Amino acid sequence: MRETLGLTGPKKGCDLGQCGACTVLVDGRRITSCLTFALMHGGREVTTIEGLGGDPEGDLHPVQQAFVDHDAFQCGFCTPGQIMSAVALLAEGHAGDDDEIREWMSGNLCRCAAYPNIVAAITAAAGR
Amino acid sequence: MRSFTYTRPAEPAQPWTELGPDAMYIAGGTNLVDLMKCGVAAPGRLVDIGRLPLADIEVDAATDTLRIGALVPNSDLAAHPVVRERLPVLSRALLAGASPQLRNLATLGGNLMQRTRCGYFRDLAMPCNKRVPDSGCAALDGEHRGHAVLGTSSRCIATHPSDLAVALLALEARVSIDGPNGPRAEPIEAFHLPPGETPERETTLTHGELITAVEVPMTTLGAHSYYLKVRERASFAFAMCSAAVALEVREGTVRAARIALGGVATTPWRAYAAEAALIGGPPSTGAFARAGDAATEGAVPGRDNGHKVELIRRVVARALSTLAATDTPATDTPATDTPATGTPKSPGTGEAPRTGEAPGSTEGEHR
Ligand SMILES: Cc1cc2nc3c(=O)[nH]c(=O)nc-3n(C[C@H](O)[C@H](O)[C@H](O)COP(=O)(O)OP(=O)(O)OC[C@H]3O[C@@H](n4cnc5c(N)ncnc54)[C@H](O)[C@@H]3O)c2cc1C
Ligand code: SF4
Ligand code: FES
Ligand code: FES
Repeated sequence: MRETLGLTGPKKGCDLGQCGACTVLVDGRRITSCLTFALMHGGREVTTIEGLGGDPEGDLHPVQQAFVDHDAFQCGFCTPGQIMSAVALLAEGHAGDDDEIREWMSGNLCRCAAYPNIVAAITAAAGR
Repeated sequence: MRSFTYTRPAEPAQPWTELGPDAMYIAGGTNLVDLMKCGVAAPGRLVDIGRLPLADIEVDAATDTLRIGALVPNSDLAAHPVVRERLPVLSRALLAGASPQLRNLATLGGNLMQRTRCGYFRDLAMPCNKRVPDSGCAALDGEHRGHAVLGTSSRCIATHPSDLAVALLALEARVSIDGPNGPRAEPIEAFHLPPGETPERETTLTHGELITAVEVPMTTLGAHSYYLKVRERASFAFAMCSAAVALEVREGTVRAARIALGGVATTPWRAYAAEAALIGGPPSTGAFARAGDAATEGAVPGRDNGHKVELIRRVVARALSTLAATDTPATDTPATDTPATGTPKSPGTGEAPRTGEAPGSTEGEHR
């Protein structure tokens, strides 16, 4: 994705499944793309952060906008993965309360520790 | 990473015909790709079983058995309504494992086959009997805070990392296997092998054999079950110690009990002595503490992992008291002698299975 397709949104963080920076959606489900081969997903729809908002010149996806509004990042390295995970979390219905959001975002680490603002952004995107 | 060839059979379900001596199956890839990157696994050929028709969850009403296809993702199994209602320990164990992204890839079969997380096993520069037979065990005198105290041998003290397998052991599940020599099935207890003299052999599978399904009996015990996992952080970590527990209590007496441990043994570990300590007595705090003591029977701690013995005691006792404090089936009458109270439920931490929400979705056990 990064080197052949030039889609540098998904990040190579740990490369071991431990950080979530590489999170993408495959047929709408979030996965860690570092632990699976592209070949294994032939025929499936892969969504990276680049494809989230639809039109690259258009508006941000509501979750992207919520991350901006709530200052939910610092260096930004983990952010594409956080946002992809958050989009899936909302679709799964796991935004009930802060603890639930934290648990279901536990696959995404943030070395800048923007966690409180990430939770706030997801809460806002969930419409709570 | 060594280069490899790749094939993905869809039908018929006889993938072993595609397998040469140098080949491995791949399902979700979350363990195998990891091991290929660090050089521990170097297959010349990958046979992707991911699209074989082994991804169904079926309820056999006649025998009250749940048949789970080997390719069912961990996330889907955890969320299945029958699993959540009738086998809560299974759902909780799954949700206590890995992360949502990994659970979407990870399959039932792959989870049972995952290799140990012992750091030396992954480090090609270090001796490791499991990776290179007869090379020695760096963990014996090295870093072993997280290693096993039960089922160890002088050759290997690595823990089995699966949470799912611990729950399946408590539920007395059976593993269905197919392969070049025809189908067979065996209890999960027999499936994982203790290290003994041959730590490189972890299961009874021979080359080419494939897990096709796991069958879980849906019993009264299974419906009254719980999984407690203690980690070094609140979520997304392997177990320091975990316990899958199930109780059947009638007229204030424990009629049946199942206790299995994770994170402390070389295989998913059934604590028979702890079960025996409960049966025939009241489900009381004192009895749960005695069960915790009994669960440590046979433990052999090393220099730096003695804390695991104490963890076993406490995790077993706490898992049992938490379970006893949750709703019991209608036939039950409350315990008479010193009723166990369980840990208080803090708001939103999901101690008790709540309807309309994934059990164990927020563990909050040691925040
Ligand atoms: C960061 C991280 C954290 C994790 N935390 C936990 C945790 O807390 N608890 C936990 O239980 N697990 C945890 N895991 C492990 C994870 O659950 C396993 O990696 C996963 O279940 C493996 O399934 P898979 O389908 O991806 O297997 P694969 O990686 O595809 O395969 C693993 C092995 O199983 C073999 N195999 C796969 N399917 C079959 C089959 N049907 N029959 C025979 N052989 C088969 C493969 O040949 C391979 O050797 C974690 C993993 C990671 C990366
Ligand atoms: S404990 Fe087992 S896996 Fe770890 S170094 Fe020793 S032999 Fe290898
Ligand atoms: S890069 Fe995939 S999880 Fe860290
Ligand atoms: S914003 Fe820097 S790692 Fe998360």
